[in-house]
Amino acid sequence: MNQVMSPVGVDNHFELLQMPVRFRLDLAELDRHYLEMQTRVHPDRSANLSDAERRLHLQWATLTNEAYQTLKQPLARARYLLKIRGVDTQEEDNTAMPTEFLLEQIDWREELQTAAGDRDACALGRLVTRLKVERNTLFETLATLLDDDHKLPAAAALVRQLAFLDKLGRDINDALAALED
Amino acid sequence: MLLQISEPGAPSPSQQTVRRLAIGIDLGTTNSLVATVEDSGTTVLADAKGRSLLPSVVRYHKDGEIEVGHGAKLYQSEDPANTFVSVKRYMGRGLSDVAARGEVPYRLVDMPGMVQFETVAGLISPVQVSAEILKALRERAEQALGGEIVGAVITVPAYFDDAQRQATKDAAALAGLEVFRLLNEPTAAAVAYGLDQAAEGTYAVYDLGGGTFDISILKLTRGVFEVLATNGDPALGGDDFDHAVYDWLCERNSYTALSAIDTRRLLSAAREAKELLSKLEEVDFHTEMSDGSIANIAIDRATFTRLTEGLVKRTLSPVRKALRDADLTVEDVKGVVLVGGATRMPIIQAAVAELFGQTPLTDLDPDKVVALGAAMQANLLAGNKTGDDWLLLDVIPLSLGIETLGGLSEKIVPRNATIPVARAQEFTTWKDGQTAMTIHVVQGERELVSECRSLARFELHGIPPMVAGMARVRVTYQVDADGLLSVSAAEQISGVEARVEVKPSYGLSDGEVARMIEDSYAHAKDDLEARRLHEQRAEAVRLLEATEAALAEDANLLDADEQASIFEGLRTLRAATEGTDWLAIKGAADALNELGTEFAARRMDLSIRTALTGQRVDALSI
Repeated sequence: MNQVMSPVGVDNHFELLQMPVRFRLDLAELDRHYLEMQTRVHPDRSANLSDAERRLHLQWATLTNEAYQTLKQPLARARYLLKIRGVDTQEEDNTAMPTEFLLEQIDWREELQTAAGDRDACALGRLVTRLKVERNTLFETLATLLDDDHKLPAAAALVRQLAFLDKLGRDINDALAALED
Repeated sequence: MLLQISEPGAPSPSQQTVRRLAIGIDLGTTNSLVATVEDSGTTVLADAKGRSLLPSVVRYHKDGEIEVGHGAKLYQSEDPANTFVSVKRYMGRGLSDVAARGEVPYRLVDMPGMVQFETVAGLISPVQVSAEILKALRERAEQALGGEIVGAVITVPAYFDDAQRQATKDAAALAGLEVFRLLNEPTAAAVAYGLDQAAEGTYAVYDLGGGTFDISILKLTRGVFEVLATNGDPALGGDDFDHAVYDWLCERNSYTALSAIDTRRLLSAAREAKELLSKLEEVDFHTEMSDGSIANIAIDRATFTRLTEGLVKRTLSPVRKALRDADLTVEDVKGVVLVGGATRMPIIQAAVAELFGQTPLTDLDPDKVVALGAAMQANLLAGNKTGDDWLLLDVIPLSLGIETLGGLSEKIVPRNATIPVARAQEFTTWKDGQTAMTIHVVQGERELVSECRSLARFELHGIPPMVAGMARVRVTYQVDADGLLSVSAAEQISGVEARVEVKPSYGLSDGEVARMIEDSYAHAKDDLEARRLHEQRAEAVRLLEATEAALAEDANLLDADEQASIFEGLRTLRAATEGTDWLAIKGAADALNELGTEFAARRMDLSIRTALTGQRVDALSI
C-alpha cells in the first residue's frame, strides 16, 4: 500500500486524515476528515470512469478506511503511533507483565467463566461496564506517557496490558452473543 | 454509431444532457422489481399489464422455452419439478446446506460448489434461473424506457456471504447486465427512506423478505449513509411462516408423504392463509387436492402466533447482536424502518415495537423501498447529476479467515469492517524444506474451520526450501465495494516470485459463465457475435466518455505529447467502434486504458492533494 501513497507524499495515517501526530485526538474532527476524504476516493465515485481510475479509487478508499479504523480505536492508534516512532510493542513475544496485573487477569477470567456458565446476562453486562472504566483509566495514563512525558517503552508496556483487556472484552462479547444462540 | 467529439476543456455533452439509463433491481426470493430514476422522480417500472411485482418464478419447458413471472407461477402446482420458486435460497449453496430445509418439489443434484436442478430441459443451475428473472426485468426496463440500459445496481441480503454474492453477480453477467454495484438490501432501503424523509440520526432497518432476514444499523448524517453493523439469517423469511402453517395443516389432516403437486398446493394455501391473517382474525377456506379430496384451511390468529413465535424470536437475536456490535442500545435508535412483504404481519410489527420501545416506520411500501433505493444508487453511479449527492459506507457481514494448524480459523478481516477493506497477515512454513502451502479461505464467526463456510482453497508453490518457520508468506485479503473478496499470497524473504491471485468462485468459473452464455446462443452463432460486439461497444463508449470527461477536467496534467497520444488512442477506439470487429474494439479499449493509467494516477494525486490542502485550511481556521 505504501507505493500508493508515495506520489503525493503522504507518509502515515495521521497525515492522510490530516490529524496531529499524537494520541489525544478530536474524534469529531477525525470523522469529518475521514468523510471528506471518502467523498473523493470512494469506489462509488468511479463507477463510470476508466479501469485505471476505478483501481486507484479502490486502493485509496481501502487505505482511507484502514487509516480511519486505526486512528479511531485508541489501542490501535497507540500501537500505530509507537510503530511510526520506531517502537515495536512486541505483543507476540514479550509476555512479562506486572504480577498485580496478572492476578487481576485471573480474577476477570474467573468472573467471566462463572457468568458465562450461569448464562447470566446481567453479570456479563456488569463486567462490560467495569472493563470500560478500567480501560479508560489505562488510556488516560497512556495519553500522558505518549503525549506529555514521551516515555515510549513504558507506553509500549501499557499497550501490551491493554491488548489483554481488549481480548477480554471480545471474549465477554462472545459470551453475550452465545446467550442469543 | 457516430460518436461526438468534444473540445478539450469543454464539458462533455454526454455529461450535461443525456440521462444514462440505469436501473435498480430488487432480486427477491418471492418477487422481484425493477425501478429507475426519471425526471419526474424514482419509479418502479410495471409490466404491460401494469403489475410492478414480477413473481420470482421460472418454468422450464421440454422444448427449451422458458417462462418467467406470472405465467410460470400459474404452473407451480401443476409442474412443480420444473417450476422454480424461491431460487434465491439456492444461490451459492451446496446440497448439504439446503437439505436441512425439508421437502422441496425439485430434483436436486449435488454439484461442486452449488446445487443444481434436474429439469425437463436438462441440468439447470440456480444462477441460470436467477439470470432468467434478471433478463425479464431488463427487458421490461428497456421497453418502458425505450433505450439501452447502461448498468444496474442489484440488491442482495446484507447477510449474504461471498459465495451468494458471487453467484448473484454471475447471474447478472449471464443476463447481459453491467453491474455497477451489488448493494445490500437494508442499505438500499435506508437510502430511499433517508432521502425521502430527510432523516438524520441512528436508524435500524429490519428487513424480513421471502427467504432472508437482515438487520442493519445505520448512522444517517447529511449526505452520508454509514452502516455501523449488520446481522441476519440468510435462511429465514416469509417462506418459513408458510412452512409452519403447512406443517400444521399436514398434521391436522394426517397427510404423509404428499406428492410434489399437493405439497405445492398446500403450501400456496398456507401462504394465502398467512397473508389473510394479516387483516383478519381467522380464515376458513377449502382447497382441492390432486385426488379430488378437499383440504380444509381453517386457522385463527392465536394459532398462527403460536406456530410462528419461534420464527419471530429468531429474528430478534440478530437484532441484539447487531446493536452490540455497533456498541449501541435500543435507546440510541431513532427509528426502525420495516422492509420486506413479511413485515406486514402484525406479529412482526408487535415484536419489533416491543424490542425497540417504539412504533416501527412504515411510511414507504415495504415491497418497493429496496428497488427504489437501488434505482437512486444506480442513477448516482451512472454519473447522472441530480443535485442530490451522497456517500454510502457499507460493511462486510461476516468475518473472513484462513485455516491454520489444527483446523482453526484465524480471522483476517473482522465482520462489520467498512468496505473496501484490505488486510494482510504473515504465515510461515511448518516443515523443513516445505515448498508449497495450502491457503484455505473461510467465512464465518466460528473458531473451527469445519463450522465456517469454505470459500476457496488454493496452493502457493515455489517457496524456496528453508528451515521450518523461516519463510514469510504474506496473505492479503481485499474486499471490494461489492463485498467480494480476492486473495493473494507471496513469499517475502526469498524475493522469488511465488504469487497467486484468487477470486473464489462457486462451481462457476469465469470460463463456465462464458460457456453458459455461449450455450444460450448455441443455435444462433450470429447472436453470440452480436452480443459480444454489443458489449464491447458499450464498454468502449463508457471508456470514451470517461476519458473525454477526464481530459475536460484535467488536460493540464498532461504535456503536449501525452495529450497527443491519448487523443490518438481516443481516435483509434472511436474508429474501431464504428466497425463490427469486437476483438478490434477490445484491443483499442485495452490500449486506451493502458495510455490512461499514468493520467489516472496524476488525477488521483491531484484530488488527494486538494483534499489535504482543503483540510489544512480547515484545521488552521479552528
